[in-house]
Amino acid sequence: MKTGKAENRQGFFSGRDMGRAAIGKGSMEKTAMALLEIRDLHAAVDGHEILKGVNLTVNAGEVHSIMGPNGSGKSTLSSVLARRDTYEVTGGSVLFNGKNLLAMEPEEAACEGVFLAFQYPVEIPGIGNAYFLRSAVNAVRKYRGQDELDAMDFLPLYKERMKLLEMDEKFMNRSVNEGFSGGEKKRNEILQMAMLEPKLAILDEADSGLDIDALRIVSGGVNALRNPDRAFLVITHYQRLLNTIKPDFVHVLVDGKIARSGGPELALELEETGYGWAEAEQTQALSA
Amino acid sequence: MATETERLNTYSEAWAVTRAHAVAQEPVWLRQLREEGWARFDAKGFPSTREEDWRFTNLAALAKTPFRRASRGEFAVTAAQLEPYRLSGALCQLVFVNGRFAPELSALSGLPNGLLVRSLAEATDASRQDRASEGIEQHLGRYAQMDRDVFTALNTALWEDGAYLRIRSGLALERPIHLLHLATGAHAAIASHPRTLIVAEASSQVAIIEDYVSLGAETAFANAVTELVAAEGAVVSHLLVERENLASFNVSTLRIEQARNARVDSHSILTGGSLVRNNVHPVLNGEGAECLLDGLFTGAASQHLDNFMLVEHARPHCNSRQFYNGILAGGARGVFHGRIVVAKDAQKTDAKQTNRNLLLSPRARIDTKPQLEIYADDVKCTHGATIGQIDNAQLFYLRARGIAEAEARNLLLYAFAAESLDRMANPVVREFAATLLHARIMELVAAAKTDADAEIPTQNGEDAE
Repeated sequence: MKTGKAENRQGFFSGRDMGRAAIGKGSMEKTAMALLEIRDLHAAVDGHEILKGVNLTVNAGEVHSIMGPNGSGKSTLSSVLARRDTYEVTGGSVLFNGKNLLAMEPEEAACEGVFLAFQYPVEIPGIGNAYFLRSAVNAVRKYRGQDELDAMDFLPLYKERMKLLEMDEKFMNRSVNEGFSGGEKKRNEILQMAMLEPKLAILDEADSGLDIDALRIVSGGVNALRNPDRAFLVITHYQRLLNTIKPDFVHVLVDGKIARSGGPELALELEETGYGWAEAEQTQALSA
Repeated sequence: MATETERLNTYSEAWAVTRAHAVAQEPVWLRQLREEGWARFDAKGFPSTREEDWRFTNLAALAKTPFRRASRGEFAVTAAQLEPYRLSGALCQLVFVNGRFAPELSALSGLPNGLLVRSLAEATDASRQDRASEGIEQHLGRYAQMDRDVFTALNTALWEDGAYLRIRSGLALERPIHLLHLATGAHAAIASHPRTLIVAEASSQVAIIEDYVSLGAETAFANAVTELVAAEGAVVSHLLVERENLASFNVSTLRIEQARNARVDSHSILTGGSLVRNNVHPVLNGEGAECLLDGLFTGAASQHLDNFMLVEHARPHCNSRQFYNGILAGGARGVFHGRIVVAKDAQKTDAKQTNRNLLLSPRARIDTKPQLEIYADDVKCTHGATIGQIDNAQLFYLRARGIAEAEARNLLLYAFAAESLDRMANPVVREFAATLLHARIMELVAAAKTDADAEIPTQNGEDAE
């Protein structure tokens, strides 16, 4: 397993082939199978239906953006994919790498390669950032049959990636997200993503509350992580983030369904026209 | 409550023996103290829940258990049995078996000049009085209050042994002194009444660990009283560890007397015992004195852990901090009672009290009761209590990063508990406490899982006043 470590260290921000090496055997069938296959997904909170039949296919290497007005179900979709149990799936299916994602616990989904960058990362007083992240990395490595990293192996990697996200080393020993500014929390999410090497990274409103500098750092971190074996689901209300993280596909979620799909030009169109049309359609549909 | 006969049989036999020994071996002042203690216990008996200070703690089970005194040499302890309880970083270790000093098990070599470490029984033995007994009469029994606490009265009457520690002026000790109290009964329920006197002279510095352990599964009753005197400018840290078996009773009273600018940290970690009462009673009796009461009580099954704090601000410009955190699983019940008394001329008092609790099961219960009695007009006193469960958002965050649920719960509980460790200044003490906590938290997570897999915890308890 020593070789595995060497690969990782070399990894990540530099080579586009890294992801393939990390994924290993599974990548053989991957060309034939979508990474994420969402079919007619329905989900509810407290009996109130929020997702009303979402269909979406994401292949490895692709960047998909999900846009939409507030309350359209964007965050619900990301939470369901990360297996948060406050959301009840009432219909449909989700296959991740050919496996039933909806049968997984959150930690299983994470170990399989789903990563959610939270819109509002929670503060956890009393647990140090470095300690937490090493626990997470080792949980994932163990699941994937890799050796666990001791502090000596972990820290150089961690520090290197902190530098890329322009984070001060003092964050290492502070409690997870405690007292972090909004921008620091978002950078910490991307840092975790960089360390956990997911197959599917979901960014939930990664740009909300960020100033230009922080936005540049966050987008830079995400772009450095793009590779042919990793897909991104970029959830955002505004087109702004998509100037720097260029999507291959844009989908507009309206009232729990994908109303339109297109290329990057769709995001620009939305920037011009806003979501007025979508809301109008929704109103019409309701009154019809 | 026990009948009069039961109570008399249980403790009066011990009193007859102790008294006979006292008449033969002890100085008059000490005999008088014992007589007074017995008279008070004999007159009052154990308190009932009708008494305000015992409202949340029912002593019926303790009162009806027929304990006896262990006779000398009755229960042998081997070095191998003791091995798991050695503390490698300690300066010295005094071992007590059922309340009696066991020199053959203790490690007392290489003590620095200026540190006096003695068995209290030896030091008060009238027939072998030497310089070692210096200071005892001046301090012993002068602080712990027999009139307001019947357990202190009982201890004063019946103590057989304990530690006498005196730290000379200006002596700073980095490594802690470990007082290890072993209960062992081989099918007998033994009561012991360890008595400890710690005198930290001016500007001295010392850390002491009082550690209560059971070697078997038998019921035992430890009724301990410690008087800790911190002279001007002394810096003292005390840690109580209660980790006896789940059949045992433990009542520990720590009475702290602080002179001008003395700083005392009292820490406690309760993990064991069936019924535990942890009394901590500092009196800030000189300007500029500071105290910290830092505790963590962790209960499972049907444990009852009662923490009774009484902080007396007697002089101006003193500062007290109380941080007590509880984690309760199963049907465990915790009590935090924090009284702060500020005397009329104790102006500029700064007193703070916080009690936070995590309940891991719907059957767990906490009663928390702050009580402020303020007779001065220029003071700052705050108190707060919280009761909650493990935060689901935090739990999900950890799991979403791949950390399994049980491990995530471990981490969150440890983070909650570790606050208490952060307040321990002595590295050996902190390390020792951290090891205990790690093991304990894994037990609690496992207990909580088997206990109530499908149940949703509900809040219970009381915020009084």
